[in-house]
Amino acid sequence: MATASPTELAASAPPSQIMEVAMGPQHPSTHGVFRMDVSLDGETVVKLKPVFGYLHRNHEKIAEKCSYLGSIPYTDRLDYICSLTNNWAYAMTVEKLAGLVPPERAEYIRVILSELTRLINHSALAGFLLQDMGALGTPLMYAFREREKILDLFESLTGARMMCNYMRFGGCRCDLPPGWIEQVRRLVSDFPKFLDEFEALLTGNEILQARTEGVGVLPAPLAVNAGVTGPMLRASGVNYDIRKVDQYGVYGRFQFRVPLGERGDVFDRYMIRILEMRESLKILEQALRDIPGGPIMDPKAKLRNLRPKAGEAYGRIEGPKGELGFYLISDGGPNPYRYRVRPPSLINLTVLEDMCLGQTIADVVVILGSIDIVLGEVDR
Amino acid sequence: MNGAGIIKGMIETARNFAGSYHDEARLTTVQYPEEKLAPVENARTIPFLVYDGAEALPGLRCTACMICEKECPPQCIYIVKDTVKKPDFVGKMQMQPKVFDIDISVCMSCGICVEVCPFDAIKMDQVFELSTGDRFGGLLLNKTQLAKPNDYFNKLHKTEAAEIDLRRVEEKQKAEAAAAAKAAAPAKPPMAPPPAP
Repeated sequence: MATASPTELAASAPPSQIMEVAMGPQHPSTHGVFRMDVSLDGETVVKLKPVFGYLHRNHEKIAEKCSYLGSIPYTDRLDYICSLTNNWAYAMTVEKLAGLVPPERAEYIRVILSELTRLINHSALAGFLLQDMGALGTPLMYAFREREKILDLFESLTGARMMCNYMRFGGCRCDLPPGWIEQVRRLVSDFPKFLDEFEALLTGNEILQARTEGVGVLPAPLAVNAGVTGPMLRASGVNYDIRKVDQYGVYGRFQFRVPLGERGDVFDRYMIRILEMRESLKILEQALRDIPGGPIMDPKAKLRNLRPKAGEAYGRIEGPKGELGFYLISDGGPNPYRYRVRPPSLINLTVLEDMCLGQTIADVVVILGSIDIVLGEVDR
Repeated sequence: MNGAGIIKGMIETARNFAGSYHDEARLTTVQYPEEKLAPVENARTIPFLVYDGAEALPGLRCTACMICEKECPPQCIYIVKDTVKKPDFVGKMQMQPKVFDIDISVCMSCGICVEVCPFDAIKMDQVFELSTGDRFGGLLLNKTQLAKPNDYFNKLHKTEAAEIDLRRVEEKQKAEAAAAAKAAAPAKPPMAPPPAP
């Protein structure tokens, strides 16, 4: 029997077939009700179409029918892991619209809460990312253990663990309970120990490195052109942090550095978050040291029946996931004429296909995990 | 060395595992139905109506002013005003609710009703085992189910309740003093300037 030549083999082989797989919306790795229609050649991704909207709940239209105060609890539910930064972005926009100035103590409280939120978000993300890689349980449980401690602090201050509904335009809802600052100080001094442990567990791990290095590379020009913000942009090496650019609130007073990545792969995105947590701890230390006494509400602020003068305002903050912005147009009535959210998750998600093409299906899960999306914010 | 990172990680896991037997910081879970954590003072779940005195419905602080119904973001409060007024704690005649319903399946526990209430009549409860098989009637609470005594409020939110009670006592004394002054000088000519407050 004569051996077939390579040309004969290629001619007799079946033509390469593209298989379409619908990952989600009930797939455990899609971080919520998100679907990816993936076209596969063997194991390689040739096309990826994100499908979302399963969690759409008319957030913007509801807010246009709600009073300015009534929208605050709804902003909690955008990015439900980081409700306090959402509160801040919204409150800041209404303050711009109505010309309110929060007192200094309120600004410091906001910085403390927002940096604690960043710790929550980044530790949860690192845990989930490892979960996506198949490290089921262990890193996630360690991360959630630390998150619980911060949630306890949120509960004792705001009354709720996740849907905090704490910040108001013109300040904050209530003052810090006695002993709260000491509790945060203790947490901040203990947290580096957890980070060291977490890094000992993960950063040097060969499996993690093999799964993440060179995977899902996002080149800096593409990231900038797509409007990607937050840790994802900085992992691609672009130095852009709204805390430094705008210096909103009292961020201009704190010494901290902005970590930057080099290659823009999944490993850089993981590492940026770990480094950002360390910088957040530095900000927290300074804020806890400098927090002044005094009122927590602007005396001009009135919560009920707020009717800002006709006009528009855009307020943005560096949320844990990227630039979180609110755009409001007032026509002088008790509710905004137009209310628009600029969600970092949705805009960071737009580059998903570019990062996934040519990668294997198992990497898609990891790449999606490294974007850090929350579907409450993507779908609104 | 290849594999050193994995071994380092395993040591960390082993340390956490061993630590979970003696270190409180490493084992933070409680066995829920058997063991329950006491809620913190600020914790909030669903609203309730505060009443003073021994009887629930006559003692309700609510004056059916409809502010909470208007401000509630998910619109879960439903109030109908009564036609009969009743005196409040300083003796002023006030409206009272004929119907006061809260649909707790809609309520999102934001606490805006508490914030806007000018009469300290609605406060946040801390009960959390609210699940029921009857999702319509069982989750629509009427004013009899919502009414809780002031002592209960004092037990939940100590600091806040103490402040409110103090303020109410002061207001009552002021009102009584004003009434006494009015009663003591009934024969004043109508053109006289009002006494300084």
